[in-house]
Amino acid sequence: MPSKAYSGQNASWGLKIAAFAGLLFLHMPILIIFLYTLTPDETTYTFPLPGITFKWFGITLQRVDFWRAVTLSLQVAAIATVAALILGTLAAAAVYRSKFFGREAVSFLLVLPIALPGIVTGIALRTAIGSFDIDFSFWTIIIGHATFCVVVVYNNVLARFRRMQGSLIEASMDLGANSFQTFRYVVFPNIATALLAGGMLAFALSFDEVIVTTFTAGQQTTLPIWIFSQLSRPRDRPVTNVAAMFVMLITFLPIFFAQRISASSSDTDGETK
Amino acid sequence: MFQRISTYLYLRPKLVLWLLLGPPMLYMFVVYLGSLFNLLIYSFYSLEPFSGTIVREFTLSTFARTLEPANLEIFTRTTLMAAAVTAVDALIAFPLAYYIARFASPRLKTWLIIGVTMPLWSSYLVRVYAWKLILAKEGILSWFINLLGLQGVLDWILSNESIGGSSLALSPLGMFIVFAYIWLPYMIIPIQTALERVPHSLVEASSDLGAKPLQTFGTVILPLAFPGVVAGSIFTFSLTLGDFIIPLSLGNSKLFVGQAVYSYQGTAGDIPLAAAMTMGPVVIMIVYLLIARRLGAFDAL
Repeated sequence: MPSKAYSGQNASWGLKIAAFAGLLFLHMPILIIFLYTLTPDETTYTFPLPGITFKWFGITLQRVDFWRAVTLSLQVAAIATVAALILGTLAAAAVYRSKFFGREAVSFLLVLPIALPGIVTGIALRTAIGSFDIDFSFWTIIIGHATFCVVVVYNNVLARFRRMQGSLIEASMDLGANSFQTFRYVVFPNIATALLAGGMLAFALSFDEVIVTTFTAGQQTTLPIWIFSQLSRPRDRPVTNVAAMFVMLITFLPIFFAQRISASSSDTDGETK
Repeated sequence: MFQRISTYLYLRPKLVLWLLLGPPMLYMFVVYLGSLFNLLIYSFYSLEPFSGTIVREFTLSTFARTLEPANLEIFTRTTLMAAAVTAVDALIAFPLAYYIARFASPRLKTWLIIGVTMPLWSSYLVRVYAWKLILAKEGILSWFINLLGLQGVLDWILSNESIGGSSLALSPLGMFIVFAYIWLPYMIIPIQTALERVPHSLVEASSDLGAKPLQTFGTVILPLAFPGVVAGSIFTFSLTLGDFIIPLSLGNSKLFVGQAVYSYQGTAGDIPLAAAMTMGPVVIMIVYLLIARRLGAFDAL
């Protein structure tokens, strides 16, 4: 459906060029990384590339530290996503089905971790964990990630609940289903794609998070932390290029599918970060 | 069994509400708000300068230290950077948002919106890294500038002490470019949302009444889209204030707030000062939000 602002006219050339240039500016840098994975140059970022080689892919895949970082990031993202799915869905269900005092505050509280600068969340968690003498570990990373992943699931699921017809649940109950059956056969199929979309976004968010992680990780090196250490003190440039491309692809696919799912079920509310 | 639990719960909606809301709220209150509150308390503690231990007594001396000239300079520098990034992002974002809202066909529009939101979600770190490649001394941008024969101009800009440095990849100017790039989508989306709400009939009415296209743009469209610009600026401004990855990767010895906080808590181990310094961006943001609310930005979010 065209929006009410849609004019149906043709834009002037000046506007078209400015809009296109803006879009190019947003996407061009990512392609540069892909290009640089092919450079034979080990010590600098010379352009034009002195040649083309595919050897860095093989070399990166043999690096133990790379695989360790990838595995850790995948594990963290998977567990943080599960936590976010549970907590986010519970909160969305509560806000959707009942009116209670402070209902507005729930959304506000959940969105706070992504509204405040990441460094505030990071340093707050680090100080708190430190004051309780808890060791920084795999689990402290997950505690940090879960705080900002919950809101993504919450937004997606709540938007879906609001478009679901309440009469469906009433009908199910009238026909004799108990609450668990109603959830299993009526509610769950309705929110399944929202859970999938929210879960994939949460996964992508967690997989490449670096700011909070620098504060909540101990000796563990997630893939983003590994890349970050290369940013300020570049040592393995070619391997970093390949790793960066890898992160891009792993986060791109879930985000792309989440966007498509959301677009096809037309709930564009709540997906913007 | 399930039937009985189900009936039991059905008769007690309050209990169900607590069961649903309990776990997420417990988590957010205890872990998240608890940590934030703890951080606030730490900003009222101080560091014993000789032993390097934290003195757990109420004092305002740590806050006084954030107002020392060196730290004030950090706040000023960061705020100026945030303002510059915001202004440039508004300029780049507007044409694209305008095109998406008013001229793109519905099909193209879906793709453009995905094209704008994708970078929001995709790896922030990798996108910063990409600019490291682009801005490097021997990198693609230098090559391009050389091609245009503008090497002299670049050298002249880089020799300027306040924005320059040894290369674009290690200068405030390079940092500015990366900030503007990274937060751009946050500016496009609110402007586009605000523009969507300007009915086409209003624009037609304006031209029917004899306004030239530029006049219509200046007196009808721009004022109505302005709250969107302010809404976008909340993100670009706040995110620039708090970031430390970009200053650490591209900056020099001139610190930014996030970077200062990071080094105070890390190498210096001065958590109270780091905590007090984070209150800086929080205060600046509260003032900013109050102004933004008066300008009607919250309706455009």
